[in-house]
Amino acid sequence: MLEYFNIIFLETYKILFLLVPVLVSVAMIVWLDRRIWAFVQKRRGPNVVGPFGLLQSLADALKYIFKEIIVPASSNKIIFVLAPIVTMTLALIAWAVIPFSETQVLANINVGILYLFAVSSLGVYGIIMGGWASNSKYPFLGAIRSAAQMVSYEVSIGVIIINVLLCVGSLNLNDIVLAQKKIWFIIPLFPMFVIFFISALAETNRPPFDLPEAEAELVAGYQTEYSGMMYAMFWLGEYANILLMCAMGSILFLGGWLSPVEVFPFNIIPSALWLIFKILFLFFLFALVKAIVPRYRYDQLMKLGWKVFLPLSLIWVVITASYLFYFNLLPVI
Amino acid sequence: MIAHSIFFYTFSFIAILSAIMLTVSKNTVHSVFFLILDFISISCLFIMIGAEFLGMMMLIVYVGAVAVLFLFVVMMLNVVQQKNEWLVSTKSSTHIPIGLLISLVILFELLVVVGGWKFKPDLMTSMSLTISQDITNTHSLGSVIYTDYIHIFQLSGMILLVAMIGAIVLTFRQRSGLKRQSYFGQISREKTEGVQLIDVESDKGVNLDD
Repeated sequence: MLEYFNIIFLETYKILFLLVPVLVSVAMIVWLDRRIWAFVQKRRGPNVVGPFGLLQSLADALKYIFKEIIVPASSNKIIFVLAPIVTMTLALIAWAVIPFSETQVLANINVGILYLFAVSSLGVYGIIMGGWASNSKYPFLGAIRSAAQMVSYEVSIGVIIINVLLCVGSLNLNDIVLAQKKIWFIIPLFPMFVIFFISALAETNRPPFDLPEAEAELVAGYQTEYSGMMYAMFWLGEYANILLMCAMGSILFLGGWLSPVEVFPFNIIPSALWLIFKILFLFFLFALVKAIVPRYRYDQLMKLGWKVFLPLSLIWVVITASYLFYFNLLPVI
Repeated sequence: MIAHSIFFYTFSFIAILSAIMLTVSKNTVHSVFFLILDFISISCLFIMIGAEFLGMMMLIVYVGAVAVLFLFVVMMLNVVQQKNEWLVSTKSSTHIPIGLLISLVILFELLVVVGGWKFKPDLMTSMSLTISQDITNTHSLGSVIYTDYIHIFQLSGMILLVAMIGAIVLTFRQRSGLKRQSYFGQISREKTEGVQLIDVESDKGVNLDD
C-alpha cells in the first residue's frame, strides 16, 4: 500500500512541476502578447504594474478572482459552469506528452502526436458548451462559428501531421524530435510549416481568424455571459492552447528540444531551454500576426480552409510519399 | 493490478451510466453530451487493454468530429416539436417498429459474437493474426492493413466516399441570384470597363442601372 502512495506522491510532484510553470508562463505570455501588440502600433502597452509591467497579468488575475461570478437566470447552469472547466482542463492535460528533453517528459506514450491532436480537437467542446448554455444569441452564434472553424482547420492539421509522420515512421513525440537530428523538417516541408502556422491561428481562434469573438459583431462571442473567474479560466485555457500549438509546431517542424548546431556555446544550453526558445519564437510570430493582419470574413475563412489548405496539404502528402519511396528513404521500423 | 482494476471499473461504470443517461435524459442536448462522455470512457477502456491507436482514433474521429456535427444538428433542430409529433399524435408511428427491429438485429449480432467467443474459442484464434509483442500496435496494424487487408480497407473507404457524395447530392441546392466573390474578376478589372463618363443633361438625369 505504501508504495502506491509513494507513486501517487511522486507523480503529483511531477505534474505540479510541469503545470505551475505552464500556468505562470501563460500569465507572462498574456503580458508579452499585449506588449508586442502595443509596440507594433507604436504604443507602450501595459507598463505600470511592476518592472516593465511584468506583474500586470497577476494584477488582472487578482481582479478576476475578486469579481462576482454571475450565472444568467435562463442559462443551463451545470453546463454553463462546466464549459470553462473543460476548456482549461483540456488545455492543461495536453502538456503531459510534450518532451522537454529525451528524458524530461511526463508520459512518453507511443501515440503522443495522436494524443495531442485528439486533445486539441476536444477543445471545441468548451466553446460549444459555453455558447449553448448561455442561452443567448451572441454566444450561440459565436459557438457555432467557432465549432465549424475548428473542425475545418483540424482536417488540414491532421494531413500536415501525416506529412511529418511519413518522414519519421513513428507516432512518438521523442522519435519525431530525434528524426530531425540531421535536418529540421521546416526545410524540406516549408510549405507545410506555413499552412500549419495559419491553421494553428485558426484552431486557437487567434486574429485574423478570431471570428468566434469578433467584438464588432458578436460582443465577445461565446464569452459574452461569463464574468469573474470563469471568464479568466476561458482566457487561461485559450492562451495555454496557443502555447500548446506553438510547442506542437516546434516539435513537428523546428526540431523540438534539439539545439540548432552541435558546437560549443550551443550544446551546453539545456535542451528544455531550446524548446522554450522555439515556443517563444513561434509565439512572437502569433503576436505579430495579431497586430498586422485585419480580420477575415467568414466565407473567406471557410474557403481558405477547405479549398486551399486541404488540397494543398493532400498534394504535399503525395509528393512527400513519392519522394521518399522513389529515393528509398522511407523510415524502417 | 489493483490500480488497473480500479481504473477499469471506474471507466466501465461511467460508460454504462452515461449510456443509460443518454437514453433517459429529457433534454436532447444533454443526451448528446452523455454520448460524448460514453465515447470518451470507451476509448479510455481501449487504451487500457493496450489498443492505444484505436482509442485515440475513437477520440479524434467520433468525439472530435462526428459528435460535434451531431451536437450541431441537435442544437439547431426544434426537437421538442418533433417529439410531440412522433409520440403524441394519434397516427401510428412507423419509427418505433423499425427501431425495435434494428435493435433486435443488433442484439442478435451481439449474441452471436459473445457466443462464438465463449463456446468456440478456437474459431477466433484461427482467424485472427498472431500479434507480436515487441512492436507497438500502431506498427502491427499498419503492417497488415495495407498488405493483407488492402481490399477490405479500400472497399470501406469507397463506401464512405459513396455515402459522402450521396449526402452532398441529397442536400445540395443551387440558389439563383446569389452574389459570389470572384477574385479573378476583381483583379482583372480594367479602368475602361470599371469607369464610365457620362454627360448628364441638366433637368434630365441619367439612369445608371442598365
